[in-house]
Amino acid sequence: MSALSVSGLSKAFGGLQVTRNVDLDVQPGERRLIIGPNGAGKTTLFNLITGELSPDSGSVTLFGEDITRVPSRRRPHMGMARTYQIITLFPHDTIIHNVSLALLGLSPLRWNPLIEMKRQAHIATHGHEALERVGLAHIAERPLSQTSYGERRRVEIAMALAQNPKVLLLDEPFAGLSIDERRDVHELLLAIPRDVTMVMIEHNMDVALEFAERITLLHFGEVIVEGSRAEVVADPRTREVYLGH
Amino acid sequence: MSGRLFFYAAALAALLTVPYWIHGDYYVNVSSQILFYAIFAMGLNIIAGYGGLVSLGHAGLFGIAAYSTGYVLQAGFGHPLAILTALVLGLASMAVYAVLSLRTTGIGFIMITLALGEIIWGLCYRWISITGGDNGINLHGRPHPFGLSVDSPTAFYYATLAVFVAALASVALFVRSPLGAALMGTRDQPRRMNALGFHVWAIRFWACMFSGLLTAIAGILFVYYTQFISPQAVDLTSSAEVLLMVIAGGAGTLFGPIVGAALVVTVKSVVSGFIERWNMLLGAIFVTIVILMPEGLVPGTARLWRLGVRKFGGAGKPAVTGAEP
Repeated sequence: MSALSVSGLSKAFGGLQVTRNVDLDVQPGERRLIIGPNGAGKTTLFNLITGELSPDSGSVTLFGEDITRVPSRRRPHMGMARTYQIITLFPHDTIIHNVSLALLGLSPLRWNPLIEMKRQAHIATHGHEALERVGLAHIAERPLSQTSYGERRRVEIAMALAQNPKVLLLDEPFAGLSIDERRDVHELLLAIPRDVTMVMIEHNMDVALEFAERITLLHFGEVIVEGSRAEVVADPRTREVYLGH
Repeated sequence: MSGRLFFYAAALAALLTVPYWIHGDYYVNVSSQILFYAIFAMGLNIIAGYGGLVSLGHAGLFGIAAYSTGYVLQAGFGHPLAILTALVLGLASMAVYAVLSLRTTGIGFIMITLALGEIIWGLCYRWISITGGDNGINLHGRPHPFGLSVDSPTAFYYATLAVFVAALASVALFVRSPLGAALMGTRDQPRRMNALGFHVWAIRFWACMFSGLLTAIAGILFVYYTQFISPQAVDLTSSAEVLLMVIAGGAGTLFGPIVGAALVVTVKSVVSGFIERWNMLLGAIFVTIVILMPEGLVPGTARLWRLGVRKFGGAGKPAVTGAEP
């Protein structure tokens, strides 16, 4: 049974067809890379998978369960987590509070108006563990406004990891990072155990290619090429579409 | 931390002794007004400050609670039933408000709440058989909680103070709780909150209900205080006035609405005795606050205080608590 399966997925914004009959089959533990030029519909595909957008047709299946009609807020509870290409964090709060919110999202405590958030020991413990994994535990109490861009990228990843997902969707986790930061994030992603299935959108080919086992190439919302790393890189259509010549 | 505890104790002591150091029934009554308007403003602050949902129709809810109390009493029933009806109808109206207006946020939310508030004002004004129209409803007497009379200004002040302290404690508890953190999360990043597994709509709905509860309580205290309710208390100006309290004092802060209520009520009832154009004065004060402390009096003063400590305190204490490794 595949971890994540998408079949016949289509989406149009008015006259613009952004996703055309996309099929995707990701096996448990797989590392899948989705590439494609700007405007190929990569982020839209993520939004369709997470349910932030609803598809015009087609279906999304998570570990054999059809989740096409499941509201997006339920999907994290079923083991799906994502990061955003454009950093989407809570700017007025500390790093640990950001991660705590990720943990709270899956906890029944989130409805409780009568207890003190800061005293919930297991949320604090798990939050620090997640920050430990991305190397930010030493600045957990720092306000997010005083962190660097690279640190924020890692907070994004820590929030996703804190939810202990089965399927992790990473939307350009290397975007805007320096070479050193890129290497750190890369190592961090390599360290994620195999019980997490990962799908990544990435432009930065040198780090991304190393990460991926299979690659899907999108162009104008359509899957053009799909195969192992070597196959896709060697395919002339990849050169034509993605490398531009 | 002990400084903060000292501050709370001093503030509570000051509030408890108000009738002893403020002379004259009039000023004790003004203090009671400040307290129940502060409850009203705290209620609005829950959604406007912590939830980012600005309502311009809260006077409608306030009015429904006040009119319900008046109507039930006028019909010859007792105080417990009147208060219960006011709470139930206040919350039910809030639920209707929330279901209709939570379809949007931002300006859409403001406009729908404004429209609902105006509908309630129209009902109060025109549904004469129930509301008495422009003549309003007169009350006769106040309840006797636990057998104590709250007829005198001082006794009513203490009753209001007790309710006020309970309301403040409940808000303090709420904003530190997971649900409070979730509400502030939906204010700052609703899309992210949804993707993290939170039910954004339901969080906002329950915040509205809490807001509605405090508003209804304030409405009940108001009608028992004035012994009279008319459409004037329900109109748009009243909604705007309570929003002004929240913004002037500091939206999204615990003490901001209280300071805002104190400011507006004082200018309205005390300063208006000396200055005929008190509305202009209130406007000028508001403009000054917006220029000097756009975040509101409470956070603005805190900011200036920290600045002063850093500049003149000489202790070298950093203003921000970002612990360096």
